[in-house]
This record gives sequence, structure tokens and C-alpha cells, in this order.
Amino acid sequence: MIEATGLTKRYGKTLAVNNLSFSVAAGQVTGFLGPNGAGKSTTMRMILGLDNPTGGQVTIGGKKYHQLKEPLRTVGALLDAKWVHPNRSARAHLQWMAKSNRIPVSRVDEVLDTVGLTNVAGKRAGGFSLGMSQRLGIAAALLGDPEVLLFDEPVNGLDPEGILWIRKFMHRLAEEGRTVFVSSHLLSEMALTASNLVVIGRGELISQSSTEDFVSRAAENTVKVRSPQLAELRDALQRASAGVVEEANALVVSGMDSDKIGEIAASNRIVLHELSPQTGSLEQAFMQITGDSVEYHTGLDAEAQHVLESAK
Amino acid sequence: MNLLAVERIKLFSTRSPWWCALITLALTIGFAAIIAGATPADAQLTLPATQFGGSQFGIAVVMVLAALAVTTEYRFNTIRTTFQAVPHRSPALVAKAIVVALVALVIGEIAAFGALGLGMLMRPNDDLGLHTAQDWMNVAGLGPVFALSAVLAVALGILIRHSAGAIALLLIYYLAVEELVQLIPKVGAHIHEWLPFNVANKFLRGSAVVDGPPPSDSPLSPGWALAYFAGIAIVFLLVALGVAKKRDA
Repeated sequence: MIEATGLTKRYGKTLAVNNLSFSVAAGQVTGFLGPNGAGKSTTMRMILGLDNPTGGQVTIGGKKYHQLKEPLRTVGALLDAKWVHPNRSARAHLQWMAKSNRIPVSRVDEVLDTVGLTNVAGKRAGGFSLGMSQRLGIAAALLGDPEVLLFDEPVNGLDPEGILWIRKFMHRLAEEGRTVFVSSHLLSEMALTASNLVVIGRGELISQSSTEDFVSRAAENTVKVRSPQLAELRDALQRASAGVVEEANALVVSGMDSDKIGEIAASNRIVLHELSPQTGSLEQAFMQITGDSVEYHTGLDAEAQHVLESAK
Repeated sequence: MNLLAVERIKLFSTRSPWWCALITLALTIGFAAIIAGATPADAQLTLPATQFGGSQFGIAVVMVLAALAVTTEYRFNTIRTTFQAVPHRSPALVAKAIVVALVALVIGEIAAFGALGLGMLMRPNDDLGLHTAQDWMNVAGLGPVFALSAVLAVALGILIRHSAGAIALLLIYYLAVEELVQLIPKVGAHIHEWLPFNVANKFLRGSAVVDGPPPSDSPLSPGWALAYFAGIAIVFLLVALGVAKKRDA
């Protein structure tokens, strides 16, 4: 449904998105996962034709965004809940959007009712809480009854009740057979809502797979081994049919526990400098996978803490 | 037509256009009242004198209104929502320019005829009739000049995107730069002849010497003066559309 090929965006010297190709299947919830600053929002803006790609292209149902006639009827999006004039009422905000795509005005009250904002429809949007703004944003996305929905970090900053509401809403949209593409930096959140995952880091594709595959891969227990005879060790382990991934001066071994690795090393007379089992939560594993591609390392620990708390 | 309706809803669902319109009317009509009140009983209140408020001050407030109509969209990112709903940016922005210009036109006509009417009420014995074509242009012409100034301000708003920056530039240019250019030795006066607001004044007031600010030194006829002013507004708008099309929203 959404097809990105070689999508690239450069801002001056910064490469925000680099040769990104992925596809979003119709009628499913696809998560768009990556750490903060990975290029998720930039990609979403390019899908909507707001930012012009430096290279490559992205299409929705085979068409570029600006080729869509009355695009709100095909693609609904919530990129930022605060993209509303603070002195305009919620209803007026939806009214001009409806008018622009020849959507009947009655639809405005319908979507306000769907998100539960009927009572405050005449109030100025600037006075809304984040949760209410988010609901207004979702109402705007649903206005044209679109087949495709894009949400950028919809649960960011919401209280637990709001998060639950959004999560249920995503499921409902998917049950209605809509294509939902939703970004997040929280794997735990995505594991609950998305059936497919597009994972990016530093603007590059890390993986595209079903959520199940990604989670089982991410949650896999591995063992980190350091040795001065790394090449020999790798061969020995591979002969024993263990999964081996090379890291800087170390091997990350999967499908084999540390006892067995130590025995193999001993029988091959290989010196080990480190042999440490890596058991981690989903989030830690996710960070391991995207770790090299985190743009801003500062505050990562704090974020991990936050992530773990919100996962509880 | 649909896009015009969109921009109309947007413009009138916020408060600043109403305030700007009220201030413009108050300035224009209020200034006429002050001048009418201050004219000695044995002197004549002239028709151009009732219109100073509009052509000198009202226009500045109308440009603030027009610039804000665009810059607030950038400030609150509703421009992105707009381009999302209408991916072809030029029609969306042209619709905005048209709606703002129409509003400015209406404000201008109400202000000009309001000022004239108040002058007539306060000085029933003075000759304030619309006798010549120039008299008509002086009063009814305020609307078109407001409308074109609004287009110019919309274009500048699109280019600059920041409310404070766009308004500061517009007001400093309008209130100071055109006058100060004349101080440049030798060429200053020639440049001044072709500066847009000076030319617009030629359309409004012709070259008749009346009390108040000196008449425009533009060599154009009043009709051509309006065409020239319109041309400048349209060129600015076209440049702005070109920039908006290429730029990331």
C-alpha cells in the first residue's frame, strides 16, 4: 500500500534518511520503529509530500501523494497533535479540512463523536490537554474515512488511560480493514499493536519483518565472547552450528549457552577474555539492535528507564 | 471556489482579523473625525483630507492582518495540514491571497466611505461631493489599494514565515524606507518615484496639492499607477509561490 524506494533526505550536511526502502501492507497495522532522531518523522512527512525527498520516492497505492485527488479521503494522518491554531475551535478546525476535500460537514460531528470530543467541539483548541489534542488529531485523520492512516508517535506523552485508548483505537482501525502505519520508539508498545515492523536507525533500514519474528529475534538470549583468537573461535562455533554475529572485537553467539561455548573453546585450545551471557528485556534487545544507530546517546539511559516503567 | 471557502473559514474562525478590521476602521474614520473637528469654522474641509487616515495608517493595519493570515499558519504548523489537504500548494496560497484581498477590499470601502460620511455629517456646509474621477479614486480607490497591499503582505508572509519578522519588515518599509530613500544624493528622488506605496498614493490622490502630506511624485497617470502597484504585488506573490513550492513545508 505504501511503498518507499531508495528514499533519501538530506538537510544540509545531515543525512536524515538514507536510501530507505520498505513497504507497508494493506489492511494491517505496521509499526515504524526506531530510536528518537532515526528519521521516522522525516519519512512520514515525505510520505505526505510535505518534505521533498532528496532522492528516491514514496507512493501510496502506486500514486505519489500530490497525485491523489482529495487526499484526505485516501490518507489520514496525525503527525503532531499541536498542529492546530490555538484560537480556533475544534469544530472550525475540522470544518475547513472537510471543506477542502469536499467531505460533508455532517462528517465533522461524526468524527468528533467517535473520539469523544463532542462536548468541547466549540472550545478553542489551544486550551486542550495533550490527550484531547491527540483525539482531535485522530478525528482530523479519520475525517475523510481514509483507507490509509499514518500516526507519528501517537502515545508520546499520554497518560496510561490515553495510551490504552489509542491502542484500542488502532486495533479497531485494523479490524475495519484499514492500513495503519504507526511510528514509535517503544518496541513494547509496537509489540502490542503492530503485526509488522519496519525498523530504522540513523535513517537506514535495519529490518522489515513480522512483529513475531522481530520480537523472537530481539528477545533471543545471546552470549558475548571476546578472545584474541576470534577467527578460530568463530569457525569452531559455526561448525557446532551456533549463530555468530561479529561485533567490534567480540562475537555475539546465539543458539548456544555459555557452558557449551566455553567447552568448545577449551577443546580447541582457544583463550577467552570474556564469556558473558546477554539476557535482556525486549527493550534492551531492541537497543542492542538499533544501538549503533542511535543518533543522540545522551539521555538514553533515562529513556530506557522510562521505557521499562511504561512497559510494566 | 472550494479553496476560497476553506480560506474564508480559516480566516474568520480566529480573532485577529476581526481586531485588525476594527482597528483599521477606527483609525481611518477616527482620523477623519479628528481632522473634521480640527478644521476652523471659516475654512473648508476638503475631500482628500477626510481620507488621510485610510491611506496613511489604515493600510498598515490591513497589511498586518494579511501577513498574520499566513505567518500564523506557519507558526502553528497548520500550513502543513493545509498542504496535506491540498497538496498543490500554489492554488491553496492563491486562494488565501484572494480571500485576504477581498476582505481588505471590503474593509477599505467601508473605511473610506465611512470617513467621508462622518466628514459630511460633521461639516454639512463644506463641499465634500464626489465631483471628479480623482475624487472617486480618492475614496473608492482605497479598497483596491488595501486589497493589493494585502496581497503584497501575504506574499511577504509566505517568504518570511515569522509574524514578527514579516510585520516589522512591512511596517519599517512602509513607514520609513520609502521616505528615507529620498535622502540618497542624486538618485534618491528618482528611485522614490517608483517605490510601490508612493505610486499607490498617486492613484489615490493624483497630483493635486492639498493640505496634509505632499502629493506623490510618481510620473505615472493614476490608472497606470494602480496597474504598476498591482504588478508589484503580483510579482511578489509569484516569487512567494515559487519559493513555497520548492521548500519543505
